[in-house]
Amino acid sequence: MTTRSERLLQLALALLVVLIVLAPLALMVATSLKGDEGRILLDIGSLAAFWVSPGEASLTNYVQVLSSATQPFLRFLFNSVFVVGWIVGVGIFVNSAAAFALSRMRFRGRNLILAVVVALIIIPMEALAIPLLLMVNRVGWLDSYQAQIVPFIAHPFSIFLFYQFFAKLPKDIDEAAYVEGASPFQVYWKIALPLSGPVIATVAILQSLEYWNAYLWPLMVTRGPEVRPVSLALAQFFGTPPPTWGDLMAFSVMMSLPILILYLAFQRWFIQSVVASAVK
Amino acid sequence: MSRPRSRLHDQSRPALALMAPAGVLIVVFIIAPFLLSLVLSFTNQRLVPNPNLPTASVGVANYVRLLGSGEFWQAFRNTFTFALLTVPLQSALALGAAMLVNSRLPARNVFRGIFFLPTVLTMVVVVVIWSNLYQINGFFNAVVRTMTFGAHPGFDWLANPYLAMPSIVLVSMWQGFGFQMVIYLAGLQSINPELYEAARVDGATRWQEFWAVTMPGLRNTHIFVLVTTTILALKLFAQVDLLTKGGPLGSTQTVVRLIYETGFRKGQVGMAAALSVIFFLVVLAISVGQRVFLKEDREVA
Repeated sequence: MTTRSERLLQLALALLVVLIVLAPLALMVATSLKGDEGRILLDIGSLAAFWVSPGEASLTNYVQVLSSATQPFLRFLFNSVFVVGWIVGVGIFVNSAAAFALSRMRFRGRNLILAVVVALIIIPMEALAIPLLLMVNRVGWLDSYQAQIVPFIAHPFSIFLFYQFFAKLPKDIDEAAYVEGASPFQVYWKIALPLSGPVIATVAILQSLEYWNAYLWPLMVTRGPEVRPVSLALAQFFGTPPPTWGDLMAFSVMMSLPILILYLAFQRWFIQSVVASAVK
Repeated sequence: MSRPRSRLHDQSRPALALMAPAGVLIVVFIIAPFLLSLVLSFTNQRLVPNPNLPTASVGVANYVRLLGSGEFWQAFRNTFTFALLTVPLQSALALGAAMLVNSRLPARNVFRGIFFLPTVLTMVVVVVIWSNLYQINGFFNAVVRTMTFGAHPGFDWLANPYLAMPSIVLVSMWQGFGFQMVIYLAGLQSINPELYEAARVDGATRWQEFWAVTMPGLRNTHIFVLVTTTILALKLFAQVDLLTKGGPLGSTQTVVRLIYETGFRKGQVGMAAALSVIFFLVVLAISVGQRVFLKEDREVA
């Protein structure tokens, strides 16, 4: 059994890690709520940087970011949501359909195709970026939503996750439907897909995080604010010296809020998705 | 015995129809660029075509130039340095955190949720926060000054060739350790609790228990974590591009950033393609290594 002193040590260590994780976030929130940039620079090297007294908190920075004419925050946010929404929304159908065929239908070359899909998982996007850029450039897709969406809809790893899930479903489920004369499309649409809630959640979370955090690709294919995602807009804002910390942190808080709310609401799912991605 | 007809005959056509959307997209956006990068790596292709200088084959000239360039080796050295620092440190931190969360800590799900939280933040946000801490008059230098009683003025963390890479390692670890923690947690929970009981009956100390039960029980988890973390580390780009732009003096330039600069900034697509091919081969070697290791283990078990 664990002794009392051991448990106290565990608790102390855990609280130390909590402090290390939360302190930078406290810095972000506290700085974002300090309307006076001079005050921020005064506090910057001290513990006061991690705290704002409720009486002094103001939303000035938030108002500034939201009303900036050169930095249309809401437009950037929309761009990110739009791009990720399309990739994930269409991806679920495209990837699950392919996985259904690979796992529950019989045809020649099935194992070969499956092997190719699995092999493709290891190709890192970074190694494809330059030729892909050349292709996108040639078809005039620079500075467009298409360039950020279409190349990423089909996702070998998501196909693999769907494949694993479908392969485990009991055989008699679709046998019964085939006996009644259903077509493979109907079995996929009416039986397999409605059963795959858990794996849809996993795939949606993993893909959302991947493309919400995309940096290299949008850096190369977006120029103006019309289609630029929010993370890249923050990167540009950050890269324009001198840093106005209050605005930068307000921007950071606002763009993290949607993901943080989703995370807090579906924490269990987030963590399970990561675990599911590891059990290969 | 009669079996349903549709199960008996070949289902190629509906299967093909179901696979077509993903298939077309994969061929166009993964396989084609992959093959294209192989082909382009033997040419002097430019991003913006020059009508006076048509693209021509240059044989292995790109590879020869890369292997002879100091920039190339520096980028690889830096990337591997980053991996060598990040992988063990981050994995150890993650394992420690996982063991805490797996112990009989009160409210351990809350702890787990907090530890995992930074991984859902975008790297750009993380960089903004940490660059504030790294400022000359920022928090870390305040700590240095306090600890030296004001004798040391502190460091310019990101502009110092010796400190820039470790500073980037720290940011990356803070953001990423929750990922490995969650995987270690699943690994810990799959260890048979009877093994721990047996160790205790034998009078093992906590330390002996860790090395005799926990570590061997996590063998496959270790391999997975080490390989995935290494591959993630080799892809290092955003933190560096945002915090140091590869500087100072190229001390934080990475392979992916070199691909980006060569192909996108300088428009030397041929050269960047050769670099991409080499990068891919390194990642491939590591992934294949993982499969070999895991297979061996399965055969033993």
